[in-house]
Amino acid sequence: MRFLTDCKADATADLVYRACPMHLLEPMELIKDLEPGQVLEILTDYDGALEDIPAWCAKHGQEFMGISEDACDDCYKLYIKKISEARS
Amino acid sequence: MKRAYMDHAAATPVRSEVLEAMLPFLTGRFGNPSAVYDLGSEIKAVMEEQRDKVARLIGARSEEIIFTSSGAEANNLAIKGMSLANFQKRGRHLIVSAIEHHSVLNSARFLEKWFDFEVTFLPVDHYGRVDPGRLKQALTPATVMVSIGHGSNEIGTVQEIPELVAVCRDAGVAFHTDAVATVGQVPVDVKELGVDLLTISGPALGAPKGIGALYFRNKLRLVPQLNGGIQENGRRGGTENIPGIVGLGRAAELAFPELGENAVYLAKLRDLLIAGVRERIPHVIYTGHPEKRLPGHASFCFEGIEGEALIFRLSSQGIYGNTGSACASKALKTSPVLGAIGIRPEVAQGSLVFTLNRDNREEEVHYVLSHLPPAVENLRSFSPVWRQKMAEVAGAPK
Repeated sequence: MRFLTDCKADATADLVYRACPMHLLEPMELIKDLEPGQVLEILTDYDGALEDIPAWCAKHGQEFMGISEDACDDCYKLYIKKISEARS
Repeated sequence: MKRAYMDHAAATPVRSEVLEAMLPFLTGRFGNPSAVYDLGSEIKAVMEEQRDKVARLIGARSEEIIFTSSGAEANNLAIKGMSLANFQKRGRHLIVSAIEHHSVLNSARFLEKWFDFEVTFLPVDHYGRVDPGRLKQALTPATVMVSIGHGSNEIGTVQEIPELVAVCRDAGVAFHTDAVATVGQVPVDVKELGVDLLTISGPALGAPKGIGALYFRNKLRLVPQLNGGIQENGRRGGTENIPGIVGLGRAAELAFPELGENAVYLAKLRDLLIAGVRERIPHVIYTGHPEKRLPGHASFCFEGIEGEALIFRLSSQGIYGNTGSACASKALKTSPVLGAIGIRPEVAQGSLVFTLNRDNREEEVHYVLSHLPPAVENLRSFSPVWRQKMAEVAGAPK
């Protein structure tokens, strides 16, 4: 897992306390509205997201940038860079 | 026998237009909105149209509406879901008013019992209003949220929610209001009220029992209280009650243009009823605020009698009212709401509440006014409490 500092995002998906697999479904929708090169921030308290989101990025041709090192009291912050239009 | 049904806060008939809209979704259009094939996706689209209609009724955005099974569930989700999502940042202190519905009071007590929350049950004045100054005094740095109902179904009083919200906003505390009694009765706009969460009940609008909704300001976090799948965007599990949702959407759509006219009509019937009761029956206390009250709500306490006996007597003549909230009256308990507004227990026993809706007619009010006074007089004639009171009034020795 790659750890990031000073992360900037163009959009945020707040999935904290929301049932699985919303941590995949909502980012899939939101990334459609981004331009290639833009970054989506995902906030989630679901441990499984740490595996699922990198795997989803690999499968759908997006770049999983990593997880924020910034303190987040109740959630993880993961970052995806949009690469591909067609496969998202 | 003539009939005058005036207990619409307890139950109300489904509007014919609502039933008509619902029927296809009980038969041919039965798909599950989570299914990916067309029978499901078209139902999903219908469901989102209903969300738009409910949102429009209260000035919200559709993504700020969660469908629930009832107003009680929406209150549970608002109070437990919001408190549990935020107590780690804010603290374990919760404020509710002393005259809330049981679903609010018992959600607060649940957090007190199982999660070590401290709950402040805020007192009200003799009209049932919460004083913004007292609310401000009750707030602490650990207060996670405040829940104060918009209108009381027991005494009819409508709170000045924007004033109370302003106090909480200054302190950065979230505000929930149970608006089951007001949405569909009077114009309600979440932006004008300034609330973060607001509870809606379907039956109050002429939708069937088994459907409600919670407004939550966009981006608020809630811990689901019904764990399951991705329904309601992962905030409330369970396959959606599509017929009920369609019913609520249609009821909201019908209510929107009717609100102003309905409120004027109901207030006219209410005032006729209240004036008639006060004119014809001595020793009656009119509960709740005289002006800032629900348009279709009339509530009284008749001294010297038991409300339950009066309800039975009236129902034998086709007149249906209640003695308070439906659940409290069945338990034969003195209403905590009446206690909170300073009504003495022996007087609170004689509580009678009429809640009207658009189907009620003036002739029904006259029917009630012709049968209520003799019923009260008859019950008082064999009441020892009443005889004692009369003896006291006359100055006779006890």
